[in-house]
Amino acid sequence: MNSQLAQVLTALVVGVGGIWLLYWVADRLVNLLPVRAAAAVRPWVFVGPALLLLTVYLVYPAINTIVLSFRDRQGRGWVGFDNYADIFGDANGRLAIRNSVAWVIVVPVLAVAIGLAFAVLADRLGRRTEAAAKSVIFLPMAISFVGASIVWRFIYNFRPEGFGEQTGLLNAVWQGLGNDPVAWLLSEPWNNLYLMVIMIWLYTGFAMVVLSSAIKSLPVEVLEAARVDGASEWQLFWRIVLPMISSTVMVVLTTILIIVWKVFDIVFVMTGGEFGTTIVAERMITEFFTFRNQGRGAAFAVLLFVAVLPFMALNIRRFRAQEEMR
Amino acid sequence: MTDVTTTTGVAAGVDDDTTGVRPGAAEPPGTTPETASPAKPGRDWGRWPVAVSVSVIAVLWLIPTLGLLVTSFRPRELVDTSGWWTVFTDLGDGGQWTLQNYRDVLDAGGFGNSFLNSLAVTVPATVLPITIAAFAAYAFTWMEFPGRQVLFAAVVGLMVVPLQMSLIPILQLYTSGFRVAGVPIIPDLDLNGTLLAVWLAHTGFGLPLATYMLRNYIGGLPRSLIESAKVDGAGHFTTFTRLVLPLSTPILASFAIFQFLWVWNDLLVALVFLGGEQDVRVVTQALRELNGSRGQAWHLLTAGAFVSMVLPLVVFFSLQRYFVSGLTAGAVKE
Repeated sequence: MNSQLAQVLTALVVGVGGIWLLYWVADRLVNLLPVRAAAAVRPWVFVGPALLLLTVYLVYPAINTIVLSFRDRQGRGWVGFDNYADIFGDANGRLAIRNSVAWVIVVPVLAVAIGLAFAVLADRLGRRTEAAAKSVIFLPMAISFVGASIVWRFIYNFRPEGFGEQTGLLNAVWQGLGNDPVAWLLSEPWNNLYLMVIMIWLYTGFAMVVLSSAIKSLPVEVLEAARVDGASEWQLFWRIVLPMISSTVMVVLTTILIIVWKVFDIVFVMTGGEFGTTIVAERMITEFFTFRNQGRGAAFAVLLFVAVLPFMALNIRRFRAQEEMR
Repeated sequence: MTDVTTTTGVAAGVDDDTTGVRPGAAEPPGTTPETASPAKPGRDWGRWPVAVSVSVIAVLWLIPTLGLLVTSFRPRELVDTSGWWTVFTDLGDGGQWTLQNYRDVLDAGGFGNSFLNSLAVTVPATVLPITIAAFAAYAFTWMEFPGRQVLFAAVVGLMVVPLQMSLIPILQLYTSGFRVAGVPIIPDLDLNGTLLAVWLAHTGFGLPLATYMLRNYIGGLPRSLIESAKVDGAGHFTTFTRLVLPLSTPILASFAIFQFLWVWNDLLVALVFLGGEQDVRVVTQALRELNGSRGQAWHLLTAGAFVSMVLPLVVFFSLQRYFVSGLTAGAVKE
């Protein structure tokens, strides 16, 4: 145990200190260059490590995946666009696309709306109350995925009448109101919504924390000035706070959208994609790892990143605009 | 800033240059300073409605977690036969509570060890992407170099690459290097199974989001501030470490929390790059084995889930004090 501890501590010092040392030394070396050369080289010292890591860990695998999506199930022979044709030709493939679109509309919007409302409201409470309230919303983020799937089983669980007491909260309440128990996760198409609720529950904390830090970084003089001028709190929010944090709102929306677009575990664990709940990311995993169809799995993955490209382009335009405004 | 002249009623005292308030967007129509009611105390939302709405959302969010907590203290037979909320009908009944689940979880071989391993994986895998992304975000915002916009667009675009598709190519890279037509571009580093392999993988996967979020925040810092540092003779390295980083603590803290959580709760990356051996396994692997060896052992999993939540919550609470108001307040005076 002691040697383990020593090993861990060494790892921490090396891992954390090493990177700073690297940048510092590199910057010193650039200082030795003539002024003009230094100015040209220095940006690459700053972005270089990031670009290098991204190339190895994401660009290379992405290219690999794109190539694979044109190959057969063993990933050997070429099949052209067959994998894509299969996806769009198959009713289940089209259903996965439809469901995924519903996920990326419903989840980010609701998570951000609730997270923003909560961040703004909690900001008005006392310091300690605010911290306590925020940690409640944040709590789900700390639960591992295994934990989260168990949590929601205790909500959605279903036992047919006569097969013992309900252990799912929703059915207990539903029965208490005089209804027959419902197999929530089997009832199409609403089961999709019930699964989305889990994701909203998990990610509202993310939206809340990031938006709250944006709200806290607003210059207090501006808010005070508006208050002195007689703006109501409601006007203050819509006309000053929201416009000023709009870029962060956009970032959070985009981030959650992408996370939701890629998330497969909820569907995978709760329903296995059955009962009309299949989504693109879950198809990707199922095809690739369960059915061992590498080509088709890769095609679903390519579908994932192609679909988000327009949204990315939008973001880039916004960043350009931000630069021009400065 | 030409449209300042075309709008009326921009709140007096709001200085567009230093705050980034878009003119027009900040304009309350019809409430020019003359017609607005004289300065109110400000908080006209009232304390009670705020407290009530916050409580309602908080309770809704808490219910599922409460179920998890209660279940972790119930004996197995009861977990399977009755709902967790039934404990509240008879709180005093000692027979329905047990600490056995926690005892079982903590006694299960090497849980303490796996905690240390998780820590050794998570801390560098949190600090590395933040550091590297912060340097990159600074360069993307405040330095001039060819291809800046295109490269940043590419970085953001990489957010959509699904992590699961990267695992196998990276694994091949770790074990046998990378060759183009027989020429080794990347040698066989035999990284697999080392901490470095996991750190770098998490760093690579976390970088696009970190760069995106930090670039958004750092880009919002007042230009005059950065320029005044330059006038004072500070180089980029100094401006970055002494000025930009301290001013960015709220976003650094919030990203740190999430990266920490994602890595802490990750099973897949650790399993692939670190392996599942007893001496290197992380908390999530230890948890999975609890379930694996005993089928659907919900009573153990709930207890295990809480044990593994302790550290992330400590991190959250200790970083929360960095979410403070008005870091840039008074920093810019024209």
